[in-house]
Amino acid sequence: MLEPPPEFSDVVRDEASLRRFLHGLPGVDQVGLERRAAALGSRSLKRDAKWWAIDAAISMVDLTSLEGADSPGKVRALAAKAVRPDAERPDTPRVAAVCVYPDLAGVAAEALGGSGVGVASVATAFPSGRSSRQVKLAEVRLAVESGASEVDVVLDRGAFLAGSYGAVFEEVRAVREACGGAHLKVILETGELATADNVRRASWLALLAGADFIKTSTGKVSPAATLPVTVLMLQAVRHWRDRSGRLCGVKPAGGIRSTKDALKYLVAVREVAGPEWLTPGLFRFGASSLLGDLVMQRRTQRDGHYASAANVAVDA
Amino acid sequence: MSGWEYAPALESAGAAGLAESYGIFVGGEFGGGGGGPLHPLNPATEAPLAEVATADRSDVDSAVAAARASLRSVWGALPGAERAKYLFRLSRLVQERARELAAVETLDGGKPVQDSSGVQVPAAAAHLFHHAGWADKLDHAGFGADPRPLGVVAVVLSADHPLRRLASVVAPALAAGNAVVLKPSATTPLAALVFADLCRQAGLPAGAVNVLPGTGEVGAQLVAHGGVDAVAFAGSTGTGREVQKAAAGKRLAMELDGTGAHVVYDDAPLDQAVDGVVAGFSGSGGENCSRVLVQEPIAAEFLAKLRDRVRALRVGDPMDKNTDVGPLCSAERLARARELADSAQQAGATRWDHPGELPERGFFAAPAVFPDAQQAMRLAREPIPGPLLPVLTFRTPEEAVAKANNTPYGHTAAVWADKGSRALWTARQLQAGVVQVNTTHRSDPTAPPEPRQQSGFGRIAGLEAYLDV
Repeated sequence: MLEPPPEFSDVVRDEASLRRFLHGLPGVDQVGLERRAAALGSRSLKRDAKWWAIDAAISMVDLTSLEGADSPGKVRALAAKAVRPDAERPDTPRVAAVCVYPDLAGVAAEALGGSGVGVASVATAFPSGRSSRQVKLAEVRLAVESGASEVDVVLDRGAFLAGSYGAVFEEVRAVREACGGAHLKVILETGELATADNVRRASWLALLAGADFIKTSTGKVSPAATLPVTVLMLQAVRHWRDRSGRLCGVKPAGGIRSTKDALKYLVAVREVAGPEWLTPGLFRFGASSLLGDLVMQRRTQRDGHYASAANVAVDA
Repeated sequence: MSGWEYAPALESAGAAGLAESYGIFVGGEFGGGGGGPLHPLNPATEAPLAEVATADRSDVDSAVAAARASLRSVWGALPGAERAKYLFRLSRLVQERARELAAVETLDGGKPVQDSSGVQVPAAAAHLFHHAGWADKLDHAGFGADPRPLGVVAVVLSADHPLRRLASVVAPALAAGNAVVLKPSATTPLAALVFADLCRQAGLPAGAVNVLPGTGEVGAQLVAHGGVDAVAFAGSTGTGREVQKAAAGKRLAMELDGTGAHVVYDDAPLDQAVDGVVAGFSGSGGENCSRVLVQEPIAAEFLAKLRDRVRALRVGDPMDKNTDVGPLCSAERLARARELADSAQQAGATRWDHPGELPERGFFAAPAVFPDAQQAMRLAREPIPGPLLPVLTFRTPEEAVAKANNTPYGHTAAVWADKGSRALWTARQLQAGVVQVNTTHRSDPTAPPEPRQQSGFGRIAGLEAYLDV
């Protein structure tokens, strides 16, 4: 089991130590944070910079379907699109992973076998996280046994907001263990944490407990991913690296639909965390309709004229 | 995948629509001036931008006479509501011609175009808009019933923020019912000349605004002129003293040098404090906070974040929309910045330079942080003309205030702290015309600053400086 870095062993010793540490993190000024995000969002990307960014963004998409109506057929369609986002342009990169509910992880794994596209499954009573520890861990095991190489779990926001940092920490540790070799993404659901200080604390809590990725949102709560909140989480993984030596990733999810928006996030990755985070190993977009727009914009860049939505495979 | 570089995203120099030559603007018309021409340089390339006619003594006489005549005949006779219409129109024209004005600011003064178009031009429009609203409500401005204008106001400006500063001074002066004779900086005269064209386009009555480009000599003649009733001056403290002598007996408001401090307490929102401190680099120095006082327990963490953030800055062509730091506005400022940085190093200060290569031509200075600067160094005491940042430490709030106030200036200061009571206590103690808490660089026409000590006096961006009250 992955232990917290030795310099943090005191921090995670008990709930009181965790609280002292998390509340000792520098505060966040929301207005200043939004200003910084707006400045990053105003970068102007032209020509080669845009080409590169569109392909990078495609390769970072976790192509997602998390609906009650999801079926094996829908998941197979999603998998096909994940491997070949633009069938007529085979040089288009494939996406990073397909993200589905745990009961369909097996279908996704079968459809994606050998393609190089990962299988991500949500778990732990997604999206609310309101169930027993036993049920949550069983769900994680179901996902992994079905072939998920990545597990997206939800943070227990109720416990976090009640100040039970120790309980949240222990739960993520237990999930980490149940994941085995699978990549663990911890969804903070920043729309429910509400304050920037909470997001910073939750980020550190998840990182201390062994998350490989911290993820903004389930996509079921509004607001979902925002640029300011992603900037904050990028600062967290950067400082985590500086202090622990460990590289962890960030995944904004929900609400990022256009290429223009996606490019703003990549600028934030480059300038806040650093250029070494510009890889699917350390940055992902949790999205469904974004991929279609990226593919259309990719065609626009290469063909010199706008593509029609009819040229791109539909999502459903 | 780490090789992602932003491609150049250049604003077109053509957007500025610069003419080959500019005249002086007197009595509503452009004309040749009697002085020798100026050739303002593009500070990013050192290439001349245009030929600008300058005024001589007789032009100063004509401009003051045109202003006086306008007060007697047309402008002075207009009711406030009519003056308001012209100011609203000017504000709208600034917005309509925003792209042009932003390109002019950047070509002439070297401000990154993102700053020109995102901050400077909108602020100029906001000053005109705000004071347009006051023009017919002066009775309710808090200066008693029917406050009167002063008459002919001489405005002499420095090279910092040419357009925004111009608008912040001219707007209240006109709203109050004065006529203006404006002498822009010889380094950055172009915005004022485009503004003169805006006045013409707005149909502003002839003589209400006159623009006399020229060197300091023209400024000296103007402020000493017998027909001038009031003077608004923005520039160095040294020149300010000369102006004060020359303009003795006239109403005077001045905004001069400063070397404001950021006071960063141990409970500060650190990342935002770093952002706020670094934001000062993108302006052209001078009026921004230029020293950092950080509480010892967080000094190391603050410096690590600061260094990281400074490294990520993009220094270069200010016409590139992705440039964060452009050149200084003149060779003279660059020389002063270099001299000051060298003096700190000679005094034993460590220096962290921005790692990027600077363009070969142009008045560029690499942003630099001095992480162990001391109160005894000149860098921590004098106005800093470039992107140089001395960082000092303190232990107690009293020590922070003592160090922050330990200069002859009192322009701007900033406090970064989470604890409201301490932030407010500190803000009260700091000698500065503006104290910003947990933010910086918020130019707001509703709150004109009143600098202290050798940073000036009066509010050159407020109504009071232009009313007989």
